Amino acid sequence: MKASAADALLPVFALAAAILLFGVFVWFGGTNPVDAWVLLFKGAFGDWYSWQNTLVRAAPLMLTALCVALPARAGLVIIGGEGALVLGGLAAASLPYALTLPDNTVGTLLVCLAGAAAGALWVALAGALRQYRGVNETISSLLLAYTAIALFKQFVEGPLRDPSTLNKPSTLALTEGIRIGTMAGSDVHWGLVIGVVVCLALGLWLALTPRGFALRVVGGNPRAAQLVGLPASGLIVLACTVGGGAAGLAGAIEVAAVHTNANASLIAGYGYAGILVSFIARHNPLAIVPVAILFGGFSAAGSLLQRRLELPDASVLVLQGIAFVLILASEALRGIDWRGAAVRLRPQPPPTPVLIAPSDKAA
Amino acid sequence: MDMALAFAAAIVGGALRVGVPFLFVSLGECLTEKSGRINLGLEGVLVLSAMVAFGGAYASGSPWIGVLAGAGAGALLALLHGLLCTLPRVNDVATGISLMILGSGLAFYLGKPLIQPQAPQLPPIPLGAWSDSTMVQAALQINPLLPVGLLLAVLLTLGFARTRWGLLVRLAGDSANATRALGYSVGGIRIAATTAGGAIAGLGGASLTLFYPGSWNEGVSSGQGLIAVALVIFARWSPLRCVVASMVFGGAGAVGPALQSIGISAGYHLFSAVPYVLTLAVLVATCRPGSMAAGSPGELSSQR
Repeated sequence: MKASAADALLPVFALAAAILLFGVFVWFGGTNPVDAWVLLFKGAFGDWYSWQNTLVRAAPLMLTALCVALPARAGLVIIGGEGALVLGGLAAASLPYALTLPDNTVGTLLVCLAGAAAGALWVALAGALRQYRGVNETISSLLLAYTAIALFKQFVEGPLRDPSTLNKPSTLALTEGIRIGTMAGSDVHWGLVIGVVVCLALGLWLALTPRGFALRVVGGNPRAAQLVGLPASGLIVLACTVGGGAAGLAGAIEVAAVHTNANASLIAGYGYAGILVSFIARHNPLAIVPVAILFGGFSAAGSLLQRRLELPDASVLVLQGIAFVLILASEALRGIDWRGAAVRLRPQPPPTPVLIAPSDKAA
Repeated sequence: MDMALAFAAAIVGGALRVGVPFLFVSLGECLTEKSGRINLGLEGVLVLSAMVAFGGAYASGSPWIGVLAGAGAGALLALLHGLLCTLPRVNDVATGISLMILGSGLAFYLGKPLIQPQAPQLPPIPLGAWSDSTMVQAALQINPLLPVGLLLAVLLTLGFARTRWGLLVRLAGDSANATRALGYSVGGIRIAATTAGGAIAGLGGASLTLFYPGSWNEGVSSGQGLIAVALVIFARWSPLRCVVASMVFGGAGAVGPALQSIGISAGYHLFSAVPYVLTLAVLVATCRPGSMAAGSPGELSSQR
């Protein structure tokens, strides 16, 4: 019980250390670290405006993190979430080219489904290649991500381009009714709710259903899964399909709620940030929600740091890098017997010398 | 005829220009992976070393000091990767991605004042002097780091095959248990190989800012460091084949612009995806379920 509490605190300590280190870093550049810390908090969680900014950035991170988490629970390391997101956005934006959509929630649903399907297919391909051809999924998903980005650029700048967009090639904008709106009285769009609900649903699915359990067995102990006859290949491809679907959905939501069309701003690195969110959440969908909000906060604080302290906009990237490195490194401290270590570190009393009885007494 | 010459010159020139950073990152990744570890953080190494090389050349006035500074910065960041991955339960894929973010962040942060100025550039080697055609001359303005890269590829090949150090690196890469049984430190060998790999990749960063494109900005690398992993698979973990692979990747990236230069702009981005699809095809063709990719080091986490 105590050990698990210490384990849960580890990432918190690592994060605190990262923020401390970031302060030292900006201090070298002549900025008062206390100002930086205060603004970091203010920009991320200081007021309602910052919270909205944070939550909007957290929404896609939750879904792209699922693209890593679910395959990871089945034993695969997928790092191509960026490709699924980009393709999902492309599919969502191009659906109106193929058929006339009703200008209401049904249209939104169809657009989101198209995005999810595109992402699901893309990542399922990586899972299937691994199971049926033995191709390493980490590498193939990365290659597929680059291919997806090239396809995206080709279509957005080619056949799907809205001729009126000159400097920034984009597809035609989704009609007003299809777009995902903001929640009452805020700038936060409903994509956040979708992200949270999908994380909760998949977390419960993994924890409570027989199939979720089977998936965890396949990932946790492949030999046991084989012995009890679980359909490992099917489950692995399923995990990739669902994960890819989540990342594709993220792309569709970004298009329908933020950009209104597909353009190069969609390639913003949410897929790569999702990898780290998932690793820090230890591939637990329920833990992904707070971690994603935290990192959404970091990136939201960036513009405030830039405006008030005239720090370069990359300072957030530095903070994220330090935080990720320290949190991952803190894994090494997990499960250490702290009390035992403390006892061993305490100065021990010197051993009492053992006197060997002089031998002449016996004589 | 003129058109064909222009096209060929654009492809060869593009392959030689774009291929050089690919060559260095693939050699660096090859060395790292031979020791049994994967370094996805080479993207961060590449960007950081590009910035440091540019800054070094700008401050000292000599591009060669910049090259050394770039290699040093690359080695430092890779050393961090090596040390972190030696800790228990630390995943090398995730560490690589976080170092990619950290390296790019540091480079963009510290390199902000370097976006405007112009640093002294590496002098090109004019291999095309024999030709009258200006196009051929322009295409064969060779990056002076290219011979260094070719030499490194040969040295690495000989090193892996003939030297005690090369044998140790391959030993750590193929069987950690055998390495320990012989009394060597697996972690130590891998840290050394990762650091040396980072220094080599740092040369690639230097060639980005000190030769082509020849300036420092935040878009200086377009994922060359991340894709080094694919290049090494394409080259099946042989430094000499890394040369071929990087020229193929560089050339494929040049097909789109080359077609554009003779007036064909269709499929511009699709051609840039050719290397990735090609690598994937190579993987699908050579892999079999339950066995590792041909030529892969036995301890590589990405191949288990």
